Order: sequence, then C-alpha cells, then structure tokens
Amino acid sequence: MVEMPKVILPAAEAAAPAPTFTGNRALQIEEPLIFEIGSAETSGVDFEEPAETETRLGGLERTDAIGLAGLSEPETMRHYVRLSQKNYSIDTGIFPLGSCTMKHNPRLNEKMARLPGFADIHPLQPEKTVQGALALMTELSRWLLELTGMHAIALSPKAGAHGEFCGMAAIKAALEARGEAETRRVVLVPVSAHGTNPATAAHLGFTVRAVEAEPDGTVSVDAVRAALGPDVAAMMLTNPNTCGLFEPHIREIADALHEAGVYLYCDGANFNAIAGKVRPGDLGADAMHINLHKTFSTPHGGGGPGAGPVVLSEALAAYAPVPFVRREGDAFRLVEHADDAPEGAAPFGRLAAFHGQMGMFVRALAYMMSHGADGIRQASEDAVLNANYVRARLADVLTQPFPEGAMHEVLFDDRFLKGTGVSTLDFAKALIDEGFHPMTVYFPLVVSGAMLIEPTESESKQSLDQFIDAVRALALAAKAGDAVRFTEAPRFAPRSRLDETRAARDPVLSYREKTPE
Amino acid sequence: MRYLPHTDADRRAMLDTNGIADIDALFAAVPEGALRRELPDLPRAQSEIAVERALSRLAARNVPASSVPFFAGAGAYKHHIPATVDHIIQRSEFMTAYTPYQPEIAQGTLQYLFEFQSQVAALTGMEVANASMYDGSTAAGEAVLMAHRVTRRSKAVVAGGVHPHYRAVIETVSRLGGFAVDARAVDPETSFDADADKDTSCIVVQMPDAFGRVADLSALAEKAHEAGALLVVVVTEAVSFGALKSPGAMGADIVVAEGQSIGNGLNFGGPYLGLFATRKKFVRQMPGRLCGETVDHDGRRGFVLTLSTREQHIRREKATSNICTNSGLCALAFTAHLTLLGEAGLKTLARINHANAVALAKTLGSVPGVEVITPAFFNEFTIRTPKLGAAVIDALADHGIIGGVPASRLWPDEPTLANAIVVAATETTTPDDIAAFRAALEEVLHG
Repeated sequence: MVEMPKVILPAAEAAAPAPTFTGNRALQIEEPLIFEIGSAETSGVDFEEPAETETRLGGLERTDAIGLAGLSEPETMRHYVRLSQKNYSIDTGIFPLGSCTMKHNPRLNEKMARLPGFADIHPLQPEKTVQGALALMTELSRWLLELTGMHAIALSPKAGAHGEFCGMAAIKAALEARGEAETRRVVLVPVSAHGTNPATAAHLGFTVRAVEAEPDGTVSVDAVRAALGPDVAAMMLTNPNTCGLFEPHIREIADALHEAGVYLYCDGANFNAIAGKVRPGDLGADAMHINLHKTFSTPHGGGGPGAGPVVLSEALAAYAPVPFVRREGDAFRLVEHADDAPEGAAPFGRLAAFHGQMGMFVRALAYMMSHGADGIRQASEDAVLNANYVRARLADVLTQPFPEGAMHEVLFDDRFLKGTGVSTLDFAKALIDEGFHPMTVYFPLVVSGAMLIEPTESESKQSLDQFIDAVRALALAAKAGDAVRFTEAPRFAPRSRLDETRAARDPVLSYREKTPE
Repeated sequence: MRYLPHTDADRRAMLDTNGIADIDALFAAVPEGALRRELPDLPRAQSEIAVERALSRLAARNVPASSVPFFAGAGAYKHHIPATVDHIIQRSEFMTAYTPYQPEIAQGTLQYLFEFQSQVAALTGMEVANASMYDGSTAAGEAVLMAHRVTRRSKAVVAGGVHPHYRAVIETVSRLGGFAVDARAVDPETSFDADADKDTSCIVVQMPDAFGRVADLSALAEKAHEAGALLVVVVTEAVSFGALKSPGAMGADIVVAEGQSIGNGLNFGGPYLGLFATRKKFVRQMPGRLCGETVDHDGRRGFVLTLSTREQHIRREKATSNICTNSGLCALAFTAHLTLLGEAGLKTLARINHANAVALAKTLGSVPGVEVITPAFFNEFTIRTPKLGAAVIDALADHGIIGGVPASRLWPDEPTLANAIVVAATETTTPDDIAAFRAALEEVLHG
C-alpha cells in the first residue's frame, strides 16, 4: 500500500488569505452577473435580415423592454468559463456522493450523442426517416431487459423520480384492471428510502405506511408481513438499500407481497452495485426504474438532465405508457396513441410530450457497448470492492452503524465526532478545504449525522488512498481538539460557508427583483 | 476495459485489505441462486473504434433536419445553436458536476441557475421562475397540480389549442392523482375558448396554440380570475417570447414553456428543459429546485438552493412534487445562448422567424388547393390541402422534404383535421428551402 505523504499544518499556522484589491485570488476570479456586465443592445450573434417585412402577429407585438442582458461572444465565453472554475467536478477529482453514483463520463458518449443522425432529428418527422433512432431504442431496451431479467420496458420517463411515477402508475393501472384500486391505497416504504419514493406514492393518491428497519439496517420479512393488509397496493424497496446493504430477505419479502396480491416496486438507484451479477427480475421485482445517469454514466450535468427508463414484470407489461417502439418485420414503428396499441396492451397514459431522453439513450448504449457484458459485471465488482476498501481503511477511525456487508457505498455516522464540537456538516466542509468533494451527508435519515461514501469503480487505488488519508487525518484532527479547522471551513473554496437560512427567510430568486421599478 | 483503472494486482491488494479471498464474498447477502455465475447474454467489451462504427451506422439511417428543407415543429423546433454554447456545456466543471448540494464549491452552477431564473422570469413577464423542469409537457402537468394546491380545487379546464401530448400528460397525472380534467373540443377556430366554474382551479391555454395561432389572452385571464381560478399559459416555442406580448402582461398566473428552442438541439424529443414561472406569492407552492441569493460567512454574495422545505428529500410524502433531477445542463445551454443573443438579439431572432413564416405562408398559400387556416401566427401555422395530411407528408419525404407534422399524427381522432398539416419556419429556413417545398408540394398534390 502506498501511503501518501501527509503535510498537515495546525490551523493556527495556516496562512489566512490576505485580502486583494479586486477580491480575486489568482486563478479564482470574482465574476458579476450577466445583468451587471451586459446590456440590452449588446449581442454575440449576427443575423442576416430577411426580405419579408409584413407581420401577421395579430396586433400582439411585444413592445416592452424584456429585461435581458447580452454579451459579445468573447465576453460570453469568459463569463461562463470563469463560472465553471468555481465548480468541483468528477473530471477534477473523486466525487464520493453516496446514492448519486458519480462515475467517469466517457467523451465517446458525448461524441456519439452529437452525431447529426441522433442530435438533429425531430421527434415527429416521418418514421421512415428515423429508423436508426428507433433501432437504437430497441437495442437499448434489449440490454436493459437482459441485465434486469424483466419483461417489458417504458423508455419515456425523464429521470429517476419520473420513472418511479411510471412504475407506480403501472401498478395502479393493474389494480384498476383487477378492480382493487379503490381498496388497495397504501404503499409500504422503508424509513431509509429516498424522499422521492413517498413523494411519488403520494402524487398517485396512495398513502404511505412506513416500515421500520431491523437493527442491522435491513428490512425483515416479519416487518413486511406485519405491515401487510388488504389495503396495501405495493411496496417500494431500494436494493441495495440506501445504507449500502443488500436486502438479504428480498426474495421472501417479494413472495410475501405477491401472496398478498401486492406488487414490489424496486428503486433502481443503486443498480450499479449489481448490474451483470444479479437480475432484479430473479428477485421478484414487478417494476424498477434505471437511472441512466447513475448506472450507465450519462453526465449529471449539475443536476440533470437524467433519464429513468422503467422495466416491468409480465404482470405489469400491458400497462406501459405511450409512446413505445414496435418492431414490424424489418421496420420499426412508434405507437403514440393508446388506440394504436397492439392487442392486449392497455397503456396507462402518457408521461411526456415525446419519446424520452434520446440523447441519454445514445450515451448509455455507447457506455454499455464499450463495457460489454464482461465490463458491466467488472464495473459492479470494482464499485463494490472500492467501497469496501474505503470501509476497511476507515473502520478504525470512523464509526459505522452497520459494520457488515457494504455493497457499492459505505455508511458512517457521527459517533466518532461525539464531544469534539465538530458536526457532520463541519467535517464535510473541512474535506472541501483538503480538495475533495464531500460524501453525502445527513442521508439516509435513519442514522445520526450520516456520511454516505460511494467512490464508484472509476477511482483508482491511488485516488482512494488519497481520499482515505485525508478523511483519516481529519478524523484524528477532530479527536485531537482541532475544532476550528472544521467550524471555519471551508477557508479555501470560492466562498466560505453560505447562509442558507437567510436565503430561505427572504428569498431573492431573480435579478430583477432587486432593481427598483 | 479502458474505463476501469484497477490492475489485477490492485484488486488482489484491496481484497487482502478486506481480508477476503474472492470478490463474491462481498455479495454474500444475495440469495442462493440469484448471484449469476454466467455473463449476461450480451456482447463483450468493444473498443472505441468499434462502438463508434456501430453507432455511426445507426445514425446514418436517420435523416438529420439540417440535411433537408425542414418544416416540422409542433413542440420541437429546429434552430441554430452557436458553437460557443456547445463548448460551454461541455466544460468538465459543468457537465460532470452534481446537483449543487455543497454550494461553496458549486457557485458556477448556482450562479448560472440564478441567471437562468432571472431570464425566464423576464421572458415570461412573471416574478419568479424555478431552476428548470424535465420539459414543457411535464411542467404543464406540474402547473395544474400547483393550481390545485393554490386554489384548493380539483378540476383543470384545458383549452382545445393545447398540444395534444401536453393535454395527454395533464390528463394522465390528473387521473392517476384523483383530479378532474375538462378538455375542450379540438377546433382551430375555437382553440382559445374556455371558461371556469367554482370547481375549476385553472384554465390551461397554449399561446401560440398547437395550430400556431396567436390571440390576446387578457379576457380569458379575467374570466378565470372572476371564477377564482388561475390562468396557466403553455408556450412550446420559447423564441416567441421575443416577438409576442408576454403571458404575464396578459394576466397569466403560471407560465410553463418548452425551452428547447433556445440553445438545445432536437435530439428526437429529449433531453429538453421545462420553464416554470409564476407570481411571487405562490412561490412556496412551486415544484422543482429554486436557486436564491445569499451571503457567505465573510459577507460576499453567493448563491444556494433554497426553499427546499417544499421538496421531496425534506418533506417526503408532503412535498409539492416528487421531482429530484431537473435539466441543469439544458438550462445552461439555454442561458448561455440567451446571453449571446441578449435582448436585441432575441428580438431580431424572433423577427426573422416570423418573417420567414410569413414568406412561407404566402408561398404555400399560392399553391392551388392549399389554404392557410391560421390568420395570425408567430413561426408556425396550419395548412389544409385536398389530400390526407399524412399521405402528403409521406410523399414529401420521398421528395427529400420534411414538410411539417400531419395533424392526424397529433389528433388521430379528429376527422375534420385529416387534411391539415402544421408547418413551421425558423431562422434556419432559406428562400431555397421554401421554393423546394413549394415545388414538391405542387408535384405531390397535382403531379
């Protein structure tokens, strides 16, 4: 093992940043808002004037000042490049956000998504002019169905939560077909679940019944049985769960649910731990969304766009929403309306205007083809190995609520900080000063001061060692009483700690609000 | 495998650190039989060259919009995207960042979101906008749910001119959530007609409507407000904000729009971005992420995600929406393109779009048997021909022209629209394109 050199200055000796006249600090440049540097007249785009001068706007011409600011092209470039330099990113370092799966984004995928044959086609141009796109969607479906062991797929959901809505809507449609939609109105959700799960259930008119976890962090069959009743429609379960643990009783739970006429919705946010190794269909899942932006590495883009295709069991396949692709001989067709659906299909409706996140489909398929079946399995194994390596090397200095069995992410709590005057948040901010993006903090809610670390398979052993060494050094510093290093962090980021309370108390959400009318 | 850094020696050393002999020891919790020994029945790893070859072959089976005279719109529009925009969104620090949960090292994302919200509020003529939604149609669904929360009513009236896919999304989320939708007749003559009663939370209207028609919404807004309902205005062509009186100025309470037209490619329907704006008094009922201004510990201006007590990760089943992801990078493309355009550039762009559409309408209207049925429009209008719209579009495609979207594809249940075609022009439309369209249409109709 290569131990990285540790140069740790006591806080008192760390150089306080000397003020500059500009507020800039070398490569860190203060950047105003476009509204403060641009003008209504400036434009960075040149146009050719059209010959036509007649207008047919029906007297609705916009005559007011809109309130936009323009910049020339070089100013625009500089503005956004300077802003970009205030961001942490995967390309600059490990991004170990648990539950978020921040893995490498291959640029081949970007190049493929930008081929004019994919990027420059209209969702409503004639089918015969988009056969390659429909073939790609069919091929993506084949990969996802094979990896999940499921029966049917809906590609249109635009993100994970949208996929949850899709899967739960299919369950609701199936219950309607059984004549039980009115009686089965409860959805079971473990307390450790992502917030999207209960929110999705509520938006479909279900009520949420919480299921407590066992002391080992997993859900027991008895707890599920105790929560079951004739009023239960479905259970939403994340596996591996948000504590990073594989639910060992998943099959018995699925059997118990199915015996009671209840569907199992699997939150696929953590599918990246098991892809190529375990098929959710073999475990009894009836529906699962797949976050292409997690498991299959389409870029997170600072919060989107995502993509959340949903795979369905045989019991739910008929209810997949429109639109979907159908193969007819050598040709591919889009089914865009329920009336047009094949015999036996009963689509529950439509979730979005068009066919889904095509740009993300191209990227995800390029990722899967590059890895292949063997590489996808290896990626899952490396992701799990990396998390467990982090766990093994931090076990003696941090505290773990569930010391056994981490999968692709490892959960710590804040007991190791007890009495130090340092909180989980302080600890995270101190990691920023050390040059790392912090782990996910305060999630899952079921443990005190949670720190959830997901390194992903993209990190080398050397990278992991650097991160681990920094966490170890900070843990030791906190225990040694060096609280200032934490409570005043971050000191070297583009901003020191931001006042979130003030932002929420009197929200300023746009530039114009502050300008006197 | 080129994306995986470990050597077998690394893996061995790391297994040793864990005190285990085999990786499957870490999968011990997987039930008996579910841990697969055999590989999935899928191809093995491929080189970059091989993947590029295979995907390029698929891409070549599609007809890109820029390769032919192109007139399809109906909710997605072919506009020019400056090269600068695509460079900016591919900056590593933007593209490979996460949602800005650690604001001190995400000021780049947060500041552009604040700029984006400011631009969207200005365009729509509203007070506040969120940091984007998945697309225009899902934003429309969320707008209806928000109107229900604001008014504590449970029925939405949807005017006949709302894009049929948007209407379908509204109907789907409403039906599944236990709410009512009163969808009005689809008729190009009455596409803005609607009214509200005491159960109505909102009137949803599209402007320009799905036939391309424009109309003043002020009277409709008054009608909605008199009944205690909100007016939700849907816009599918964001460039129109540069030419037409803003929805806010006509009395809208919530404005939702598809932002694809500014900065984002066609992409066969996604990823796009939804714009969502409203009055400040409703801000705590809004769905989605919001970025707000604040100061740091040293008193310097900075930005954070705010009012998150509305959101699912805090409120769980009581959240205003289940949304977690937005369209961050698409919003950056939008905001960078709009910064390049500026106010003057957007107005010019909108003027050119309109001028080209007027020129196209004059030309197509002069083809014998073709009638332009949209009296006032922005960059899109509807024509009626003596033949079935779908057949005309299919034949035009054989002539190398994508001549618009047949109304029968949008409204298959409306026989009166069987011969109608929705046609769009943008700044990318050339006089040669228009001449080619005219020649091919004459050939198809009368040849």
